Amino acid sequence: MKNVQKSKRANKGLPFFFKDEFKVSFVIIFVSVVLLITTFTFDIVPPILNRGIQPATFPKALLILIIAMTLIVYYLATKNPWKIEKKLPRSFFLTVFSFVLFIIVSKTLDFFLAISALSIFVAYYWGEKRLFYLLLVGIIFPIIVFVFFETILGLRFPPGIITNIYYS
Amino acid sequence: MDNLLLMLAPLFSSKLLLVLFFGTLFGLILGVLPGLGPTTGGALILPFTMTLDPLSAIVLLTSIYCAGTYGGAITAVLINTPGTPAAAATCLDGYPLAQKGEAGRALGMATVSSTVGGIFSVVILVFFAPILAQLAYEFGQPEYFALAIFGLTMLASIGEGSPIKNLIAGAFGILISTVGKDFMTSIDRFTFGINELTEGIGFIPVVVGLFAMSEMLTQSTLINQVFNRIALKAIKLPSKEDYKKTWKTILRSSGIGSFIGVLPAEGGTVASLIGYSEAKRFSKNPEEFGKGSIEGIAGAEAANNAATGGAMVPTLALGIPGSATTAVILTGLIIHGVRPGPDLFREQPDFLYGIFGAMLIANILFFIFGFFGAKIFARITLVPNKILWPMIFAVSVCGTYSLNQSIIDVWIMLFFGVLGFFMRRYGFSVVPVIIGLILGELVEGTLRQSLVIFDGNWLMFFTRPIALTFFILSLIALAFPLIRSRKLKKK
Repeated sequence: MKNVQKSKRANKGLPFFFKDEFKVSFVIIFVSVVLLITTFTFDIVPPILNRGIQPATFPKALLILIIAMTLIVYYLATKNPWKIEKKLPRSFFLTVFSFVLFIIVSKTLDFFLAISALSIFVAYYWGEKRLFYLLLVGIIFPIIVFVFFETILGLRFPPGIITNIYYS
Repeated sequence: MDNLLLMLAPLFSSKLLLVLFFGTLFGLILGVLPGLGPTTGGALILPFTMTLDPLSAIVLLTSIYCAGTYGGAITAVLINTPGTPAAAATCLDGYPLAQKGEAGRALGMATVSSTVGGIFSVVILVFFAPILAQLAYEFGQPEYFALAIFGLTMLASIGEGSPIKNLIAGAFGILISTVGKDFMTSIDRFTFGINELTEGIGFIPVVVGLFAMSEMLTQSTLINQVFNRIALKAIKLPSKEDYKKTWKTILRSSGIGSFIGVLPAEGGTVASLIGYSEAKRFSKNPEEFGKGSIEGIAGAEAANNAATGGAMVPTLALGIPGSATTAVILTGLIIHGVRPGPDLFREQPDFLYGIFGAMLIANILFFIFGFFGAKIFARITLVPNKILWPMIFAVSVCGTYSLNQSIIDVWIMLFFGVLGFFMRRYGFSVVPVIIGLILGELVEGTLRQSLVIFDGNWLMFFTRPIALTFFILSLIALAFPLIRSRKLKKK
């Protein structure tokens, strides 16, 4: 309880644009406004074919609702500030980085290789240094999953340097 | 009588029994592992169900749902971390009782009350789902629209997060459902020139991303966390004294859980919290709550498992999910070409009563597994996260890819993983997004078709008694959190 009060006090001392409630509300409103502008680019159905409302009307209404509710959330947060969250540790950023790495490797090299690389990377940075376990999560388990999906579900994985060898 | 025989059908099918066996086992494992649970597990298993017939697929998902909800109690009692959010209230008394050296007694009570709650709710399901389905014959497009709005406004009062944040998340879920070709006019919306998005954003990438991947990111922030694990010697059935003390609580919580479960969008988490607080209110020894009260465990566990059957009522009768996991089950039904609603009750009673029977058997099975295997299941929590989560990642990626064989789906899953992490970090529950996504098409479709019927006159909605009732209920649902917070302030 004391910690929460302390953090609330700390939060009150920050300039408004550094506070989480501002940053979160700003991001939501910004994205919503961009999407709202996008709705104006949707094709319009000619009146003779239009049944009910235009396709853009419903998303527009939703986005306006989201913006309005976010403003309420922000207003309430000015009265009752959010508690400050702990700084995110390095392991979090490395895990997010591994997601990005996965996308790049799966797009450019190979889907299986991407799964394997991410698994080893994450396991290693989360503290697993034993080679057997790294091989288990990075190679043995993905092979089992890969073969299982391929044989049981008849799935065809996207082409890549390793997948091509398997399929050939 | 015929229906009872149909309910017993799974007992006479070796295939269904096998599916039930694996579903219950898998559900228990998922429930025991903190961060996973029946919703994520159901979403991960969904692609595998494509190899099964519709009944087996739904039986698999429902058995995971029942067993997973119970499984959370094992972790709650032994490591003070709820295996599933629905077991959060179980920690309050389960762990203190385990600390007193009575882990076996705590788990015994959790197992018995979960089973009673689960079976009670199946009885409710068998009786009320057909009645609700019959009532749904009176529903036209405007009534379905009003019902969907009611379901969405109920998001305001779900346990996690602030009401407005839940509504924002729900509206965001609906917004996701608008991506792709408009179903009435085939006009592209929010596709940004990406061909893969014209079909819309799939349910599975969003669920797996919001639940599994965001949890993986959460776990990445907790890699140095050490759990104080309490050793379990053996699970003990409650004593006569315990039964005397708790039977009223178990029955009351079973009723509460079933009722909360029936309400759209509410689930086991809310049910267990209310079940727990009501158990405390009616208890002769409220001062024991929080210090290892056996009634507290019974109240929370009976309620969260009773919510499983309750949540299936609107899911099957109306096609409105009663909880996040039933949203996954609903997707399973749709994927397998089964349209939930009143026609299902008339045209496929064998299918429906097969599900009811399977849920009943699943509740008995998890009792047996829990009673004899809790010690083994407790050991599953010993699997280190650094091994477990990379494996879950591999299954998540392949499972998500498998539905449409689309790499874009995998990227969407990862995007929602990061988004889900930040949503949870800043107090936005991810459950409303799922409910919104599921209800989105229904909301928009029924609204637009209603407006066609009403010739664009919005006020006509209020001339329909059933629709008007749902709108009034929606207002009550929106006002409820305000009233509750004012009451709390006064206290």
